[in-house]
Amino acid sequence: MENRIQQLFAQKPKGLLSVYFTAGFPSLEDTVPIILELEKNGVDLIEIGMPFSDPLADGPTIQQSSEVAIRNGMTIPKLFAQLQDIRQHTQIPLVLMGYLNPVMQYGVERFMQKASELGIDGLILPDLPLSDYVREYKELFEQNGLSNIFLITPQTPEQRIREIDAHTNGFIYMVSSASVTGSTTGQSVVNTGYFERVNGMGLRNPGIIGFGIHNHETFTQACNHASGAIIGSAFIKALAKEGSLTENISTFIQSIRQNEIA
Amino acid sequence: MKYSVDENGFYGKFGGAYVPEMLFPNVEELRENYLKIMAEPDFQEEMQSLLRDYVGRPTPLYFAKRLSEKYNTNIYLKREDLNHTGAHKINNTIGQILLAKRLGKTRIIAETGAGQHGVATATVCALMNLECIVYMGEVDIERQAPNVARMNMLGATVVPAASGSKTLKDATNEAIRDWINNPEDTYYIIGSVVGPHPYPDMVARFQAVISEEMKAQLLEKTGSENPDYVVACVGGGSNAAGAFYHYLDTPEVKLVAVEAAGLGIDSGESAATSVLGKEGIIHGSRTLLMQTEDGQVTEPYSISAGLDYPGVGPLHAHLHQSGRAIFESITDEEALQAVLELTRLEGIIPALETAHALAAIGRLGAKPEEVVVINLSGRGDKDLATYLDRFNFDGK
Repeated sequence: MENRIQQLFAQKPKGLLSVYFTAGFPSLEDTVPIILELEKNGVDLIEIGMPFSDPLADGPTIQQSSEVAIRNGMTIPKLFAQLQDIRQHTQIPLVLMGYLNPVMQYGVERFMQKASELGIDGLILPDLPLSDYVREYKELFEQNGLSNIFLITPQTPEQRIREIDAHTNGFIYMVSSASVTGSTTGQSVVNTGYFERVNGMGLRNPGIIGFGIHNHETFTQACNHASGAIIGSAFIKALAKEGSLTENISTFIQSIRQNEIA
Repeated sequence: MKYSVDENGFYGKFGGAYVPEMLFPNVEELRENYLKIMAEPDFQEEMQSLLRDYVGRPTPLYFAKRLSEKYNTNIYLKREDLNHTGAHKINNTIGQILLAKRLGKTRIIAETGAGQHGVATATVCALMNLECIVYMGEVDIERQAPNVARMNMLGATVVPAASGSKTLKDATNEAIRDWINNPEDTYYIIGSVVGPHPYPDMVARFQAVISEEMKAQLLEKTGSENPDYVVACVGGGSNAAGAFYHYLDTPEVKLVAVEAAGLGIDSGESAATSVLGKEGIIHGSRTLLMQTEDGQVTEPYSISAGLDYPGVGPLHAHLHQSGRAIFESITDEEALQAVLELTRLEGIIPALETAHALAAIGRLGAKPEEVVVINLSGRGDKDLATYLDRFNFDGK
């Protein structure tokens, strides 16, 4: 059976906008309102960040939103409670993203069963090694209908990309350049050689580009080289602005899409 | 070798390489090359000559007569405090900088807590003419000012880590993020037996010179390579790993790892990971880790910046769980008393970290005929401000 991620890529192979936010930020109870607002504004896929005290792969924006979220009282049990009825309100593909330690403490097996029950479609655990996944967890993911999304970078060797492609069944998260999240030093994300190399490999999974995508221009560039793009830090900055959640979200998403039809 | 790392980078169930994909190529490059490079004759020759002529090895094994009389046993001090830069840390930075050069890296990054590893890294970078960036928690920059000055003088850039608890854990996070941002020209010199495989094994091997020398020195002085006890302090655990290394498979030698209890194990202000930690993942390694029920890493506390770490190296987690090592914990107060005791009995001012090991002597129950080796991992110059503040000498 296909999950919502797989259905999405089958229906809409180009121009996907995926948005990441940290659960519990800016306020503890914002999780569901943010999800529903994002869907209303035509976002295609949502990554719900589970905050961790030591987010190694994240830049200052997500570090800070995670700190605030933890201080607000966000935990995995709390997040699951918030998402209890989510599938009565929306069918947008939902991915949980976070670091392995909090998931381990919750219990990996219990975590996946619960996520599946709630209608979660995939997980991104950046510090879960491919080898551990294959050895210990792959079956569990599959039993629970969850896609495990892996990251690749410009430094990932071809053979390893093929291995990752063989073991995932959602999409491949193409990290745009060597950096932690939220880096906007370059106005351009066009790492054309790397994207074309990956596109030329004939992988079975589609790719989405993330890290450093922060405005209409970088979004469009990324979409030219992949099925879509992921925005995280720039969205979190928008959430932190003065004004209502509703306004901030619609202004931000419109600024990314501009004239495109969602 | 029952206690050495397995082919997947694990000590029992601890260790491994839990790193985001961005770091995979860096860690993999190191894993594929470290043993090969370390075995090359010209590498060994260069390292041995630097350890001898630059660091000042072998360090003495000193029979501490008055300390022995006080505790009614035979206490030897392995004088790592006499190394160039004042601690054992340089054993590892010499090894890793030679490795970095052979891998063609031009930019060196490091994390530091007490500043000893930062100084040792800045020192070898000056020696090898390589750019050096040291991440250090804001809190530690304040309490270890002399070491910050030394690093600056050596030409290193000290970058304050302002996130989280602003100590060693956060400095390590920042160094890892730097490595993600600079995957090709940069080499990360980790200062302890922590981090993703192969770091714990590599650092332990570079520190193993401590127990290698100990064996020969003990044989000469006591007629046996093996003492009854080897005692060392543990934050991440690099000096302990070096002091234990050649005794790991000699069960008659009791290994004693001493952690920082801070204000007391149950005070909420402690860094005794073996008591307070649960299995988890920190800095790329599966190990014992101080954390909340929800898996958030908690902020440890110790008067000693070098022991103020919420995790422990995976080797030590394994030694704890298997019962191979005895774990003790020492409070700030007990450590301070041990500083004064060694200073007045032997004329040696130890580092605060090392004082934790010294403070455990009374707990060993060592018999008059037994032999105890304390790894005197560092000297106390860097802690003088704390000592002056805590002790009221009144001209005495």
